[in-house]
Amino acid sequence: MSALAVSPSKRLLTKGNEAICLGAVAAGCRHYFGYPITPQNDIPEHMAAHLPALGGTFLQAESEVATINMMLGTSASGKRVMTSSSGPGISLMQEGLSYMAGSELPAVVVNISRSGPGLGGIAPSQGDYFQAVKGGGHGGYRLIVLAPHSVQEMYALTMLAFDLADKYRTPVLILGDAIVGQMKEPFVASPYDPASTVEKPWALTGCAGRERRNVKSLYLKDNAIEVHNWKLHEKYERIRENEVRAESYMLDGATIAIVAFGTAARVSKTAIQWARKEGIAAGMLRPITLFPFPKREVFELARTVDFLLVIEMNTGQMVEDVRQCTPLHDRIAFLGKPCAMPTPEEILERIRLLAGKKG
Amino acid sequence: MSAPGKGGFSKAVYTRPRSLVDVKSHFCPGCHHGTIHKIVAESIDRYGLREKTIGVACVGCAVFLYDYIDVDVVESPHGRAPAVATGVKRAQPDKFVFTYQGDGDLAAIGTSEIIHAANRGENLSVIFVNNTTYGMTGGQMAPTTMLGQKTSTTPYGRDFSSDGYPIRMAELLAGLEGTAYSARVAVSTPAQIRKAKEAVRKAFEMQIAGMGLSIVEFLSTCPTNWGMKPLDAQKRVLGEMSEYFPLGVFKERKQADIA
Repeated sequence: MSALAVSPSKRLLTKGNEAICLGAVAAGCRHYFGYPITPQNDIPEHMAAHLPALGGTFLQAESEVATINMMLGTSASGKRVMTSSSGPGISLMQEGLSYMAGSELPAVVVNISRSGPGLGGIAPSQGDYFQAVKGGGHGGYRLIVLAPHSVQEMYALTMLAFDLADKYRTPVLILGDAIVGQMKEPFVASPYDPASTVEKPWALTGCAGRERRNVKSLYLKDNAIEVHNWKLHEKYERIRENEVRAESYMLDGATIAIVAFGTAARVSKTAIQWARKEGIAAGMLRPITLFPFPKREVFELARTVDFLLVIEMNTGQMVEDVRQCTPLHDRIAFLGKPCAMPTPEEILERIRLLAGKKG
Repeated sequence: MSAPGKGGFSKAVYTRPRSLVDVKSHFCPGCHHGTIHKIVAESIDRYGLREKTIGVACVGCAVFLYDYIDVDVVESPHGRAPAVATGVKRAQPDKFVFTYQGDGDLAAIGTSEIIHAANRGENLSVIFVNNTTYGMTGGQMAPTTMLGQKTSTTPYGRDFSSDGYPIRMAELLAGLEGTAYSARVAVSTPAQIRKAKEAVRKAFEMQIAGMGLSIVEFLSTCPTNWGMKPLDAQKRVLGEMSEYFPLGVFKERKQADIA
């Protein structure tokens, strides 16, 4: 196991799950709570091995319900805090996530997602898309959702997740899967930029020399809860305005544009390269933020290409959001592969089919 | 205090605790939350903890802790206060952390969180208010509801064959290695209030000394949902409740396990 304190700009051969740990520690996270579940156990194991020596806390909770509430307490204390889990565990955290969104508490939650519903299986899946981007818990809220497709991004987006969580005082979810979590590839451990850290004048530290503070989500008096909901809505609008991130991959002159995230996008890159060699102008718009969704980018893209090919490792979830971005529904095609990774051959086959349709 | 104080004949012998907010209570007549708040506030003052305390409020009537105790307070989801408090204490081990929980919160939906916090020996103090019913939601059966007690969800009285038995949390938690102190008290007579103060002080001292989790269970009234006059509610605490839930100290650690 490599040491946590890595020298900047050095190339490391690391698993995606380990890169998340390195990114979290680089961003100053010293508190991790979690509960075992496949396929993310290398994250708590790494944190258990390294956080104590850094003066941090690793605690294996009795459940994911307890985990998310321990995070609530640590976050209310003003500290950066992270957990990781997979589908069934993330489901148990929805109560706490709703409370944290309502209480405006930052935190980073990693979902190395597996197959579902129910106990499902441990194969990679993107079946948790709806749960991640539509709120998941009760009462109407959003999480910022980041979707890494490489080990490099597992590292970099984890650092970004902490900054966004603190900036907007809201939980951020990293939606990975068993493939990006378990695959090893070289990445550069670029240094964390502390300029992005913010003061937390709301943190509960004991009321020495000041009025007492509360961190809460209960608003009973008059129309206080309505006011609070509009305040949260305004925050989500600001996030939509300022935090959309997407990669444009070989979109120059593209007539067929794949829309995919995470592992599905990673595989699609190979298929796009093969298609280009065959003379088919394929490309990809890869949402890096799933909330906020790159709506304008999809809208513009739909006007310039013959087809948008949405590829997901489920039976069709993000494709609903793509449809909401454009009225040109007859240009939207879908390739779904529930609980399995699509192969470049399968994707290329679909690209050829679409190219033939138009030709 | 409105004593005139002229000529030095009057002096304040009793004042509102510094940590108790000077507001009108919204609790029902005869409810014990106000008395328990005051005991907690006095104990915070006694050890000079006000400016280093973080309280954890739960769900139910007990949530309004933050309207009455003049310290930082974080609100927890239902039953999760011991987990939230764990997160606070692990992040700020030098601070004083306590939870304030009702019986539905601690003894039903939150059993997992309290048992594991106690078993880890989390250095926290727990104030547990047992009034044998869900007060805020309108008097439903609680895990501590007495056998035969009529509530809105046991309209024919609690029957052990379908509803189980009232749960004795102070004794149950005393059986865990990580629990430093566990006691049950009541506040229905001045003598009981004195003993309750001693228990809360002892619980706070346990945390100050780093001994582990301390819990004080209060037998408390809910005249509104019991359908009783306040005085009759006091009698119920002194009678059948104290018989089933005996007052006393069930665990008192003498020294910390970890040097």
